[in-house]
Amino acid sequence: MAVVPQINVGDDYREKYGFFDPEKYVFKAKRGLSEEIVKEISWMKSEPDWMTQMRLRSLRIFEKKTMPTWGADLSVVAFANIFYYLKASETQGKSWDEVPDDIKRTFDRLGVPEAERKFLAGVAAQYESEVVYHSLHEELEKKGVIFLDTDTGLREHPEIFREYFGTIIPPADNKFAALNTAVWSGGSFIYVPKGVKVDIPLQAYFRINAENMGQFERTLIICDEGSFVHYIEGCTAPIYTTDSLHSAVVEIIVKRGARCRYTTIQNWSTNVYNLVTKRAAAYAGATMEWVDGNLGSQITMKYPSVYLMEPGAKGDVLSVAFAGKGQHQDAGGKMVHVAPNTTSTITSKSISKAGGRTSYRGLIKVHPGAHNVKSFVKCDALLLDDESISDTYPYIECDENDVNLGHEATVSKVSDEQLFYLMSRGIPQAEAETMIVNGFIEPFTKELPLEYAVELNRLIQLEMEGSVG
Amino acid sequence: MADFEIKDLHVTVEGREILKGVSLGLSRGEVHAVMGPNGSGKSTLSNTLMGHPGYEVTSGAVLYKGHDLLAMQPDERARLGVYLAFQYPTVVPGVTMANFLRTALNAKRGYDGKDKSKAITPREFRALLKEPMQVLRMDDTFLSRYINDGFSGGEKKRAEILQMAVLKPEIAMLDETDSGLDIDSIKFVSESINSMRGPDLGVLIITHYTRILQFIKPDFVHVLVDGLVVRSGGADVADELERTGYSEWVDEPAVIGAGESGVPAKPASWGAEEVS
Repeated sequence: MAVVPQINVGDDYREKYGFFDPEKYVFKAKRGLSEEIVKEISWMKSEPDWMTQMRLRSLRIFEKKTMPTWGADLSVVAFANIFYYLKASETQGKSWDEVPDDIKRTFDRLGVPEAERKFLAGVAAQYESEVVYHSLHEELEKKGVIFLDTDTGLREHPEIFREYFGTIIPPADNKFAALNTAVWSGGSFIYVPKGVKVDIPLQAYFRINAENMGQFERTLIICDEGSFVHYIEGCTAPIYTTDSLHSAVVEIIVKRGARCRYTTIQNWSTNVYNLVTKRAAAYAGATMEWVDGNLGSQITMKYPSVYLMEPGAKGDVLSVAFAGKGQHQDAGGKMVHVAPNTTSTITSKSISKAGGRTSYRGLIKVHPGAHNVKSFVKCDALLLDDESISDTYPYIECDENDVNLGHEATVSKVSDEQLFYLMSRGIPQAEAETMIVNGFIEPFTKELPLEYAVELNRLIQLEMEGSVG
Repeated sequence: MADFEIKDLHVTVEGREILKGVSLGLSRGEVHAVMGPNGSGKSTLSNTLMGHPGYEVTSGAVLYKGHDLLAMQPDERARLGVYLAFQYPTVVPGVTMANFLRTALNAKRGYDGKDKSKAITPREFRALLKEPMQVLRMDDTFLSRYINDGFSGGEKKRAEILQMAVLKPEIAMLDETDSGLDIDSIKFVSESINSMRGPDLGVLIITHYTRILQFIKPDFVHVLVDGLVVRSGGADVADELERTGYSEWVDEPAVIGAGESGVPAKPASWGAEEVS
């Protein structure tokens, strides 16, 4: 039974948001989740029947699946109290005055330009970036690269979409993957043709539109044989949202000889539960690299994984987590060695401050017959005070003898000796502590494009201010 | 009164009194050597003067430029012009020497991230580093390495002197700077220190052996034994020690000029914790 949604388009709509298809615009959302809501979402997007059916099937799985009982405490997530489909025009209708002061102050200190601030605060779209996106889009089109928001991807490239969507992370994978598949909206859809190397990083930032900040983003990336792409999601400035649940799904297919790097820096405001499933399948000789930074949110549970499907595949996870007061970052990575001669590394760096908690949670799985597998896990935790917590949960499931697995873990405090050394050169304590922390995550920072690295260092500096070691 | 005045300094480490009333005056333009056998309190003296949190001053005073140095944080002491070339420089992973030197210079110039006119420019920075790096035989790759990370013993000591050359302190303490150095490195390091000597710089060389004093001639020599200065005099005191060692005070063979026959034990580390 379809419910006719209320359409409420303002006079200035076309002028302001003409970038979008009108029928996508306004939809009065209801709280909670039901078959009706899911059908409405699909109907609003004029989706093909197979997608509607998949959403409904996923909803049923979501309802049946129990909450994960491991990891962070999720008992407080109130599914019935969530808007599952908030249209952009509504979030954009929020006023700047509603944005909390501490977020505004952080923008000030980070030097975020005025236009960007409103976007980041979920107040308005950023118009300049649309222009950037359009010119980039043309450039990519010449090479046959598809870079769209996921809704448009489904509409314009249904054949590619259907072939891959939900194949890496099926709805039944976990409760939140099922939820996402039922109500997904927005995210990025990228296809890189055979042999094409995209030489500039593709940033979600360029593709900014209403959908970008969706709670239930769905990203699908396909790297065809011998191709390369670096995709960057998120930014270091805090993302303010009134929504308390962010549950994204990212699926990546890296075909023979291709390489994909996916960089995320999430800095959600600290009211957000950030529960994300990210997984890639890497085929013969392919390389998948996750560079994953978690600074914001109240709770994050995120373990980017790589399934190494064919010989010569390589997987890397480089993860940084910063947990301040009231935050729990439960992050890590997962490497599943299905084929022989595959290699993987997981490097995790975590920092806990002011009672914050970081957990490393990782799995190395080696299937029978996957001989000559090499895998190395290194997790380092830095505690900035006595009340902060760090723990590690490294799991290994190995059904093969001919493997080489290594694991190394350290927990340290900002050392008095290091602090004294830097201070003895005239550097004030707070600055010295920031230097030590930035030095600690340097293996991560150096993998970022320069402007992100600079921003991240500045952000750490802000997080560190006022901390006394 | 000397520029830098240490008065009846008593220092306790982990409940044990190490310095038992040290008094010493050092003025800019002078080079003093504090010599003493192992365990006499030499490193305790330098660490206390720099403000290491593991050393507890139970009584005494240190006066410099009208300030009570002991009431100041290590960074404040440094910005006032006090410097310590460490015996065991600390490794700080992930922080490049260039970043470190620039941050230290900017701190000295009062740059707090706001008034950009106070920050050192890349050009000034290069100019400042050029000569001392040549004298110390250090190439540019050194600047992109992390602080003391993977440095050889000699590289660490040269890095300490480079920092001194860049920060231009007024009172510089050199703690066992010649230990772990081969004879060539001692020459480079001494050359660099000698080039900084002048009316604006007071130097306190802390050493077990007389070797470095053959390259950097002291004006005054003090002998520290069991937490007390037992003898003070001119350069001739060092010559005497060269012959007799510390046998007058302790039961230790006279191998003072020989260099590396006995490397002092590393002091216990305070507060540094690492568990796996």
